[in-house]
Amino acid sequence: MRHATRIIRYQLRDIARNKWILAYAVVLGVLTEALFRLGGDGGRVVLSLLNVVLIFVPLVALTFGTLYLYTAREFIELMLAQPVGRGAMFAGLWAGLTGPLAAALLGGIGVPFVLHAGAMPVPARSLAMLLGTGVLLTASSTAIAFVLALRFEDRARGFGAAILAWLLAAVVYDGLVLLVATVFRDRPLETPLLVLTFLNPLDLGRVLLLLDLDVAALMGYTGAVFHHFLGGPLGLAVAGAALLAWIAGPLAAGGRRFARKDF
Amino acid sequence: MIHWALAAVAVLAGPPRQIVAGPGTAYPTLGAALAAADSGDTIRLGRGAYREGPLTIRVPLTLTGEPGTVLYGGPFTLLTVTADSVTLRGLEFRDIPPSAAEDRAALKVAGARGCRLEDLRFTNTFFGLYLSKVTGCVVRRVVARGTGRLESLSGNAIHSWSSSHLVIEDNDLSGHRDGIYFEFTTDSRVAGNLSAGNHRYGIHFMFSDGNTYEGNRFLHNGAGVAVMYSRRVRMTRNRFEDSWGSATYGLLLKDISDSELDHNRFRANSVGVYAEGTTRVTFTGNEFLGNGWGAQVMANAVDTRFLGNRFEGNSFDVATNSVHASSEFRGNFWDRYTGYDLDRDGTGDVPFAPVRLFALVVQQNPPALILLRSFFISLLDAAERVAPALTPQTMVDQAPRLRWAGDEAAQ
Repeated sequence: MRHATRIIRYQLRDIARNKWILAYAVVLGVLTEALFRLGGDGGRVVLSLLNVVLIFVPLVALTFGTLYLYTAREFIELMLAQPVGRGAMFAGLWAGLTGPLAAALLGGIGVPFVLHAGAMPVPARSLAMLLGTGVLLTASSTAIAFVLALRFEDRARGFGAAILAWLLAAVVYDGLVLLVATVFRDRPLETPLLVLTFLNPLDLGRVLLLLDLDVAALMGYTGAVFHHFLGGPLGLAVAGAALLAWIAGPLAAGGRRFARKDF
Repeated sequence: MIHWALAAVAVLAGPPRQIVAGPGTAYPTLGAALAAADSGDTIRLGRGAYREGPLTIRVPLTLTGEPGTVLYGGPFTLLTVTADSVTLRGLEFRDIPPSAAEDRAALKVAGARGCRLEDLRFTNTFFGLYLSKVTGCVVRRVVARGTGRLESLSGNAIHSWSSSHLVIEDNDLSGHRDGIYFEFTTDSRVAGNLSAGNHRYGIHFMFSDGNTYEGNRFLHNGAGVAVMYSRRVRMTRNRFEDSWGSATYGLLLKDISDSELDHNRFRANSVGVYAEGTTRVTFTGNEFLGNGWGAQVMANAVDTRFLGNRFEGNSFDVATNSVHASSEFRGNFWDRYTGYDLDRDGTGDVPFAPVRLFALVVQQNPPALILLRSFFISLLDAAERVAPALTPQTMVDQAPRLRWAGDEAAQ
């Protein structure tokens, strides 16, 4: 545990100096600020940032995470030559990467909101949901990125796999869900669709945000399962727990791979 | 004839009197005071709890209470007014148990004209005020608090049947089945009321032509507001808010014709406005904010027009059930509009189609709603917008407004 915290601390310092993290924070900040300048109030800015958090944030976390593990190869080998447990090393690498990415997200989006908070009302709950979902998605994406980077020896293939995974989860998957919904239109679809949604972390993040932004529409739906599930705190709890599982699962898989890998 | 006869009696009986009634007076019960009163008299009913059987006011008189004047009911209609020109003021009615057999009310006015009912309070009553074949009555500042139990065990706060020329103003109604219920009630004005938290509808009317509804607030009622089978309805500056649920509507219009809705606000409802079988209904300068569906206009709604309204923050702006649906949209503000305005006249140069492809998908396949706000769905919508194939091309705003700066275009 002591090793892990020390590695995290080193990592944090290392990555905080990384210009890409800084650039990421700046891009998010400029984007948020631009949305405010384009005449949006707090609520509208949160809405516009929805797809940024659901699409752009996982893309950055996946690609950056994969590349990071390849770049850190020599450092990992050096560290593993020391009396440092592999579990501690892996946990340290992941937390040390996820922390700065999450901080960049919170800062990049949060700071413009703080700056504008005096001039207009900020939808605090929606913003908190947005940032919370963003942080969870970042943590899940970096864990998946590590799994991919450890799976493929070749850096180009690992990077390709990360891009492919993002494309699948962010775009193609919903198309398939819509296809299923259309093909099996005449059958009870609510439960299968909910299950399908839970199998994709990005969809889970989206549902979490829907529960905040579109309750009025969701409540207008007649089906009992959706109504029961999405209508109350149950949906929030279950979707949040499922997203946490999407962090823990890949972390466990990655950790096992890391422990067995022959560096 | 009877009225003339009564007037004659009143003249014979001398000038109007003031009757002071209540505990410790010559008339300790309301029944005694009513029995003694002649036409034109004023009864001042003192503070106290009055537990009397069904009572009837048969002559024109004024009955006033003071804070703490409470009439307790039972399994019957507590007070019935059958005379014209009766004024009731400052009374509280309590505890009328529900009934499945009769529409018993705290106060019933039947076949009378020109009553004034002001500053009354109905607490825990089945029906609060029941107007039957009444003309020219004013109901003002009534506070009704229903039993708060099931829809089937509650009556309406203000119920009107076969009446006309009513003024229903500044009342505060909650916990009933319907806040205000009109059936065959015409040429009336309903203004400044708050109808909130009723089990079914904030206001519900049928076969009620020529009424005006102005500046009312209908908030979080069980099924919102539903109005049906009426002509020449005018709704102005009302607020329809927070009605959530399936088959729950900010405002449901069914078979409404030749009607105007202007400057109303529909906010945070599952469905802002639902229009079915309507004819020549015009929406001007209304605001549709943060609803699940801003407006659902069915294909059997004919000649519906949306002019200069504001659509913002709705999950779906407009939905319909057929590609053949047609409504006219002009000069509305849409927060989803992405067009440009080269000549800077405040009107977009590219038309806007408010019916998204996804709205159609969900209409036909409701569970697909789970894909709301998906990136893939945005791509589909964008593709449909560029090359429309499935959405009704008759529902297009040819002159969308770029900014919502109040409702100047609507005037």
